[in-house]
Amino acid sequence: MNKMQRAIRELSEMDELAAGSSLIHALHPAAKLVTTVVYILVTLSFDKYDLGGLVPMLLWPVLLFQVSGIEVKACFYKLRIVLPLVMAVGLFNPFFDKAILLQLGGLPVSGGVISMLTLMLKGVFCLMASFLLMATTSIDSLCAALRKLHVPKLIVTLLLLTYRYVGVMTEELAVMTDAYHLRAPGQKGIHISAWGSFLGQLLLRSMDRAQELYSSMMLRGYCQEFYYADYRAFRLGDALYVPASSTAFFLLRTVRIAELLGSTIVR
Amino acid sequence: MIEFQHVSFAYEKDRPVLQDLSFRIEKGEAVGLIGANGAGKSTVMKLLLGLAEGEGRILVEGTEVRRDSLPVVRRKLGFVLQNSDNQMFMPTVYEDMLFGPLNYKLSREEADARVDAVLEKLHLEDLKHRYNHKISGGEKRMAAIATVLTMEPEAILMDEPTSALDPYNRRIVINTIRELEQTKLITSHDLDMILDTCDRVILLSEGCIAADGPAREILYDRMLLERNRMELPLSLMGRSD
Ligand SMILES: Nc1ncnc2c1ncn2[C@@H]1O[C@H](COP(=O)(O)OP(=O)(O)OP(=O)(O)O)[C@@H](O)[C@H]1O
Ligand SMILES: [Mg+2]
Repeated sequence: MNKMQRAIRELSEMDELAAGSSLIHALHPAAKLVTTVVYILVTLSFDKYDLGGLVPMLLWPVLLFQVSGIEVKACFYKLRIVLPLVMAVGLFNPFFDKAILLQLGGLPVSGGVISMLTLMLKGVFCLMASFLLMATTSIDSLCAALRKLHVPKLIVTLLLLTYRYVGVMTEELAVMTDAYHLRAPGQKGIHISAWGSFLGQLLLRSMDRAQELYSSMMLRGYCQEFYYADYRAFRLGDALYVPASSTAFFLLRTVRIAELLGSTIVR
Repeated sequence: MIEFQHVSFAYEKDRPVLQDLSFRIEKGEAVGLIGANGAGKSTVMKLLLGLAEGEGRILVEGTEVRRDSLPVVRRKLGFVLQNSDNQMFMPTVYEDMLFGPLNYKLSREEADARVDAVLEKLHLEDLKHRYNHKISGGEKRMAAIATVLTMEPEAILMDEPTSALDPYNRRIVINTIRELEQTKLITSHDLDMILDTCDRVILLSEGCIAADGPAREILYDRMLLERNRMELPLSLMGRSD
């Protein structure tokens, strides 16, 4: 299997994860979407030195992993390309912010180190939350949810087509790299002299295919509405999920769990 | 129910693909559209579906194919693409089959009932919950035909329905096509299949109609076929007439 085919497999595995049947999967996509957005906003709102307050936010993704039966391993494996990028964001803070904030067992810890860790955790938490949303909700029902929340048709269609276009493009790329290597045995990668025509062909071929896919959608009555997603009414459970989890987030945000714990232990 | 009136078309200027094409297909007819590679068969389908615009008039049950009439026209036509990979875009076969009916605002129950009926008719119950990227080319072709049948179109257009199929699946597709009571327009290089499924044949050559008549006449005419870069159907080879 070449790299591209693995990429395709991974993309389609998201669809398979999303087809699971846990309590979380069964929730209304709009409820999950809103909750995820609230979670991300609350997570981002923590002060940059508030590491102790931020850590308990991990509880929510952990709970979701438990209930949905999705493996944490799968999450980090799929995010392995973006994670380092997110982690790199705060990397330079320790160099700029050298004021000592606290002593840890006699070891001075600067504000830069704390804010670096806080930024990293914020990034990882938000990624996990988005991953969990994608892994428990199919792209089609997510689009249907966006429409329900009155996001313009054009944007939602663009999102859906991009998702499908990426799949088509990687497929074409897989076929083309295979064809190339069959006629250039023993060569690693694609020779730089062929890049121009290779990329050009890739673009044309995937555009052709995307065009045909789109025609095929239109021929079956597609008019930028998402009737086909696993659609169902908003139930009481969904309606409760949003305020319940949001309240939990706000509690985590305002009640200093770490400090409470710390002070009870000290006392 | 399908009528071409003096239709001409070119993808690029000075390279006409179809020239002054006129024919008429009655309701319930099964017509085979044959011709060498590049004769313009797929282009005829594209024009009919409004995926390309040419000169002349194309009518589907009296409605002219024009930009503003496309939803009406397309609703009457079911199209099985030459490449099934481009036809199936939902994660599973089942979701793909639901796509059309739900877009046409059928209720979930009605759509589900249609899906099950079609799967049973084509003996494809096993495919229902399979992932589109994990089924073979032949299975995908059958699934693509199934997605089109769930829309219950009045006419079915098929571009090379038996290419890439093994003999067993090819036979199933042929039997399926024979059982469909809709109007059918089928292009193929598989002349045996055309002979099995169509009563009438239109032979395209360089964008013009070289012959139009009963399948049993045209497909038996060795000279005519060879003049147009084709051969007698295999089942008729070796007959001495
Ligand atoms: N997108 C396009 N742009 C330019 N020319 C095209 C395009 N598609 C097809 N053609 C040309 O139009 C002519 C007819 O093509 P068409 O696909 O209709 O042939 P066909 O009869 O379906 O052939 P086949 O049996 O190979 O499927 C060919 O000469 C082809 O090169
Ligand atoms: Mg063709």
